[in-house]
Amino acid sequence: MKQARVVHEGRVQPAVERDGRLLLADGRSVGFDAVTWLPPVAPVPQPRTILALGLNYADHAKELAFKAPEEPLVFLKGERALNGHRQRTRRPPDVRFMHYECELTVVIGRTAKKVRRGDAYDFIAGYTVANDYAIRDYLENWYRPNLRVKNRDGATPLGPFLVDRADVPDPMNLALRTTVNGKLTQSGHTRDMIFDVPFLVEYFSSFMTLQPGDLILTGTPDGVVDCRPGDVVVTEIEGLGALENTIE
Amino acid sequence: MSYLPRGTVYGTLLNFRSEFEALRPQMDQAPYKAPPRAPVLYVKTANTFSPHGAAIALPPGVADVEIGATLGMVMKNATEVAGCVLMNDLSLPHASFFRPPVKFKCLDGFLGVGLQVRPADPATLRIEVRINGELRQTVRFDALVRAPANLLADVAGFMTLGEGDVLLLGCDAPRPRARAGDRVELHSPALGTLSNTLVAQAS
Repeated sequence: MKQARVVHEGRVQPAVERDGRLLLADGRSVGFDAVTWLPPVAPVPQPRTILALGLNYADHAKELAFKAPEEPLVFLKGERALNGHRQRTRRPPDVRFMHYECELTVVIGRTAKKVRRGDAYDFIAGYTVANDYAIRDYLENWYRPNLRVKNRDGATPLGPFLVDRADVPDPMNLALRTTVNGKLTQSGHTRDMIFDVPFLVEYFSSFMTLQPGDLILTGTPDGVVDCRPGDVVVTEIEGLGALENTIE
Repeated sequence: MSYLPRGTVYGTLLNFRSEFEALRPQMDQAPYKAPPRAPVLYVKTANTFSPHGAAIALPPGVADVEIGATLGMVMKNATEVAGCVLMNDLSLPHASFFRPPVKFKCLDGFLGVGLQVRPADPATLRIEVRINGELRQTVRFDALVRAPANLLADVAGFMTLGEGDVLLLGCDAPRPRARAGDRVELHSPALGTLSNTLVAQAS
């Protein structure tokens, strides 16, 4: 099942995908154009933990002239960084290099504390796509990547759907691609992750308890390019869908 | 019901002059290569919240932790502060500030949270830190690198805080250390007392 959260006629509703349309919670079926898309995760009672990986693909680590990390390079976001499918992300006027990052995103489904690698998938509700934009002009070497780069309002689109774990037999075997204005600029594969999904669930839950609805953005492969106002950026992962965002 | 943060809790590094001066000789060298320009923030995740009176477990092999006596400014909206709350921003000691400190600062229970949010001018507040009853530190907030209003303005320059989000004003250096078995008490005449006991986590 592919679940979404949308605003339809002024009301927030959960929805599921049916034959290329959205079946709303109130029973109506509407087209993808009839709604405003929200991040496909329900509100949670506590502040949502949003973990994001840097340099988690061998090729991207190489591209950025780093050696592959020996343990996960992780940073955190606040909920206000998230944005929905088909929304807009602002590029400040003074910047020279703002790039997308297409990332497989894990949505936690059960309280996860000291989970063993072999059990990790039992604690996952499903998967979605994130576009973890970065503005490289603002990078500083203090708690890098710093929040000015990675925690900007609405600069982390998420969606379109939360796809149930049962519908994704092997998340470590998915193709990723990004297009800018229809032109392919990034292609990669989740099998090239340095730290895979079960490892990450085990590693984080070894010192921090994760709750349902918490997120792990697993990093991006090679091939990031600068994006300009007006550019339409589509980050897509096999089986999960195509997340569209426009730079403004 | 005691207070627990409903929004994201953001901590601030290098907002005390003592802390800044201690690192100043390293700031122009690798890996930093320059002093920070924007506020250096980090996140204290929901799993870290420890209410007043709760025991805080130290992982096996951890001898001691840094006590981080600070004030949280709890936001009413993007620009207005609803009030201040005592917080104990615990951290595993770490010497490098190059990478985000998730595995040092986001362990279960590593943020002591005061009972109440009260309107207050941080510049007039002090926090006394006692470990097993002995006064170890007195923290004042009247001579910060970025005074509260400046910190809020500089943070707002790159992200919007919202209702319930919390911005910590930072920690004075050197931070007192404490170990399993210690009772750590933060007291502020205006904000009350935040007390937590450190315990060894069962391995």
